[in-house]
Amino acid sequence: MKLMLHVAPGIVRKPIVSSVILETKSLINIERAKVDAVSGEIVIDVDPEKCSMVKAAFEEKGVRVVLLGNPIIKDENECIHCGACISICPTGTFHFEGSEVVADAGKCVQCGTCVTACPQRALKLVLK
Amino acid sequence: MSEINERIRDGSVRVVTAEEMPDLVDELGTVGAVREVDVVTTGTFGAMCSSGVFLNTGHSDPPIKISKAWLNNVEAYGGIAAVDLFLGATQPSEDRGNEYGGAHVMEDLIMGREVELRAQGAVTDCYPRFDLETTLRLEDFNQATMVNPRNSYERYAAAANSTDRTMHTYMGTLLPRYGNVSYSGAGALSPIPNDPDFEYIGVGTRIFLCGAQGFIVGSGTQHLPQEGFSTLMVKGDLKEMNNEFLRAATFQDYGPSLYVGLGVPIPVLNERIAKKTAVRDREIVTEIVDYGVPRRGRPTVRKVNYEQLYSGFVEIDGNEVKTSALSSRHVARKVARALGDSIKKGEFLLSASVEPIPSVGKSSPMKQTKEFLLVGDVMSPKVVTVREEISIKEAAQMIIGGTFDHLPVVSAEEKLIGMVTAWDISKAVASDKTSHISDMMTRKVFIASPDEPLELAARKLDHHKISALPVVDKDHHVIGMVTSDHVSRLYGRRRSL
Repeated sequence: MKLMLHVAPGIVRKPIVSSVILETKSLINIERAKVDAVSGEIVIDVDPEKCSMVKAAFEEKGVRVVLLGNPIIKDENECIHCGACISICPTGTFHFEGSEVVADAGKCVQCGTCVTACPQRALKLVLK
Repeated sequence: MSEINERIRDGSVRVVTAEEMPDLVDELGTVGAVREVDVVTTGTFGAMCSSGVFLNTGHSDPPIKISKAWLNNVEAYGGIAAVDLFLGATQPSEDRGNEYGGAHVMEDLIMGREVELRAQGAVTDCYPRFDLETTLRLEDFNQATMVNPRNSYERYAAAANSTDRTMHTYMGTLLPRYGNVSYSGAGALSPIPNDPDFEYIGVGTRIFLCGAQGFIVGSGTQHLPQEGFSTLMVKGDLKEMNNEFLRAATFQDYGPSLYVGLGVPIPVLNERIAKKTAVRDREIVTEIVDYGVPRRGRPTVRKVNYEQLYSGFVEIDGNEVKTSALSSRHVARKVARALGDSIKKGEFLLSASVEPIPSVGKSSPMKQTKEFLLVGDVMSPKVVTVREEISIKEAAQMIIGGTFDHLPVVSAEEKLIGMVTAWDISKAVASDKTSHISDMMTRKVFIASPDEPLELAARKLDHHKISALPVVDKDHHVIGMVTSDHVSRLYGRRRSL
């Protein structure tokens, strides 16, 4: 399962992810991270069984955690099933079923590459 | 053909799509296919930038001779008579930029929405009005005739990108280091590959155009049949078009474009046509070209056929690279089926061409008569280079004594290995941590070559937010330097002419 971590200015310099790994003994895969001087936005992938434990551990450290259940929305009226989103997605969220493009939303890490690559502007990230 | 039209009228016509035809011909042979099939329908649905619509607004009172016009702030060409406009699909809007353009105006019109017309007039005795504003819907235009100068390419080169940065092109997003391949075209479902020698397709052929019945005007611009790149010029009535088969699009950092649904019915008049309409995706070969090279002659990465492109992966340099399309196979199939349905319902008759499509065409490079500056023409040829062993103090002295804020660092063989700027030196002095050039120089240096157009070097400076590029020859020896000063001086001079 994918979690979006919003790390606030006061704690962004702390080794929070490592602490949570040691504490929960969970394998955490960092899918995407954008950390600057004042804040951080990290998408992690965790075992569904350990998800709530990991979420709680981050929250205890002051991190705002959002479960990325349905991270991307495809407007079916706009989509023409060209497939421009398929090859540019780093996690393989999109694929053809027959001649139609379908999304496996569980794979999305909200990088936004597909949003600008879609010629029909049919894709939108769900607000985090 | 009149027999086939007779069967269309009485409802006994037998129609298949170009995707169904190959298996049928395998099973029945060409003789059997001619006996069993009357019409093969083709279809394609892709971005066709070379599209537009002639709009006649009717005369205002007092009358105006429109010299400039905008529809929803998208400029339409007004230099045709008084109230005829030509709206091009790729024209971006003046207020919303690339996200809205000529294609979007067309889509708004066929969706029944109002568009704002703003026009300036060339004031004359017969057309005294100097400007006007009005709101129009599609039905308010006398005529709205789509005329697309170049549609329905026989095949199209696929695109990849060898550079280190993501590119946004009219072929979509191209990931760095051959990260993906983007392609266009409908393969064996596409109209022209089913009649590549134009036995049936010709001037006046009735076609399916965005849901309406349109016609082939003739060969399209850049029509190049001798190299397998035939194109068509087509026309149709925008008022009869359907949004399912006409869609406005935006290509990131490129601009608006129009997705056009186009289908041609091909009557199976003889065994030759039966054989040609049995074409398969694997028999249509195109090239993958490198859009990372910003020149007209983009290098070919490899040859590839549409079956490979459709498979989702192709191999480049031993790596599996993901492919994806910009054209929609899904909607192309709908085009072929919708065309087949209207033939079966007796609504769409085949038309004999009045003139063949030329078998030889022309798509030559532009003749350029004005100066075309190269990096080598403007670069400063005298450049001081340094070795990485020198101290920071020595480097600082060289910058003060020289003309540039940049010092290219070279190896014992005089090859470029790095670059040091005045900023790097200031930083090193301020932090007091490093003492040698080798510790602080940039090793990944952006370079220019002397035969590179200056415009491209300027774009490189802008992209990477740097102010100078060392110019190197084939052996990586520094032969000059080109800086943002060169570019701005030149631009200033050109402007003042």
